[in-house]
Amino acid sequence: MNKKRGQQSVVFSIPPILKATAAIAGPMEGEGLLAGYYDQVMEDDLAGYDNWEKCESYMMEQAVTTAVKKSGHFMMDIDFLLAGDLLNQLIATNFAMRSLGRPYLGLYGACSTMAESLMIGAMLLDGGFGNKVVATVSSHHNTAERQYRYPTELGVQRPLVAQWTVTAAGAVVMENGTDGPKVTAATIGKIIDAGIKDPNTMGPAMAPAAVDTIWQHIQDIGREPAYYDMIYTGDLGKVGKELVIRLFREKGIDISRNYEDCGCMIYREDQDIHSGASGCASSAAVLCAYLYPQLAAGKLKKILFVGTGSLHSQTSYQQKESIPCIAHAIAVEV
Amino acid sequence: MVSMDGKREEQTFNEQYQRMVDEIKPKPTLMKNLIWAFFIGGLICTIGQVFQNYFIGLSLTKKEAAAATSAVMIFLGAFFTGLGVYDELGQRAGAGSVVPITGFANSIVAPAMEFKREGYVFGIGAKMFVIAGPVIVYGLITAVVSGFIYWLLR
Repeated sequence: MNKKRGQQSVVFSIPPILKATAAIAGPMEGEGLLAGYYDQVMEDDLAGYDNWEKCESYMMEQAVTTAVKKSGHFMMDIDFLLAGDLLNQLIATNFAMRSLGRPYLGLYGACSTMAESLMIGAMLLDGGFGNKVVATVSSHHNTAERQYRYPTELGVQRPLVAQWTVTAAGAVVMENGTDGPKVTAATIGKIIDAGIKDPNTMGPAMAPAAVDTIWQHIQDIGREPAYYDMIYTGDLGKVGKELVIRLFREKGIDISRNYEDCGCMIYREDQDIHSGASGCASSAAVLCAYLYPQLAAGKLKKILFVGTGSLHSQTSYQQKESIPCIAHAIAVEV
Repeated sequence: MVSMDGKREEQTFNEQYQRMVDEIKPKPTLMKNLIWAFFIGGLICTIGQVFQNYFIGLSLTKKEAAAATSAVMIFLGAFFTGLGVYDELGQRAGAGSVVPITGFANSIVAPAMEFKREGYVFGIGAKMFVIAGPVIVYGLITAVVSGFIYWLLR
């Protein structure tokens, strides 16, 4: 049976379940809105390692082993790991995978990687290629900052539209089963470039991609946005969220009542991070620490989880290119 | 023809969207930023002046005192960067802490600290001037050009 629907979507005939999740966060995130929800909060942003990159690898490794332990399985039971981060050549991920010793596919979708890895994981499981898959991502404020922007100790003023890269990692164990929240459908995004060039305004750059994917999902699967209890985008922040609501209003749809952005769910207002959270771990931390327990407890029944990524590099913006963006959506239902 | 129309349509969407973004984007808190920059910048310069007067009091010539003051201010900028304070200051004071010579020290020490992990040669040595490098290059060019003009007019 063909599982493709419409232009960009798939529905799963045997929907895989999310068996367990784990999230580990940095100290600032640990004091934020989701305080108390993380499996582990680090005391500082090095966790005893001599550089931030090693700390990021440690976070991912820790998230994966914790999630696998919570799922009741052993690492050896995991058929595939699908993982990614923000760093060049996925180094945080590659070093985390070195010690985990399981078959692994590295994915780069910038901050959309959590949704991307869950989607591909669900396809592998529904396709009968394995029984247990782990999807995981990480991001670290300082590793991202030094790669994409300035040295962290440089005294520059961040604009109010800027977002703060989340220091955290999240991991999800997926398997073929019946008992748990199911991944029922997914929509693969296409690159949308609305011509935004300033890498400080990533939320606004990604908002049109999120709108395009959600819109396409509705068309392909034949559902209204109101079908979902909540639609969550990954890391658009305050400004991006407002833009998504406006762009949908222009299409004659009001999504303001059942729409939230993960980037607005991590930090408190008084943490002075300006427009919200960003990074792979923005959507991953919210999904793994907060949304999954809500779904497992039946407090949320149907969500659309939309990972959003801005796929620029330092080279591309120095060459004055605009920011190509992508969004991937997965529907998780109890 | 179709693709050209498509391109035009995309362009108008992008223009409209940019306007929408500009409308929603939080405006910089100009007055607050100006006040912070004025007072922090002023404070840094006052500290510099205190040192300069002190050095003149030690019977240094004005030129010698200026050099000694620069050295002290560069040290302070570097020191507070090392303590992790200068970036917090810069976040509030903006140009108030970037423009004085302490900001220049910060722009060299910050990358030096950051890239120490990549070693003394390819880390500190190669990356120390990533921020200050352009300032030095164009500063030197400006000095040469203005020196040349001065020589012509003299």
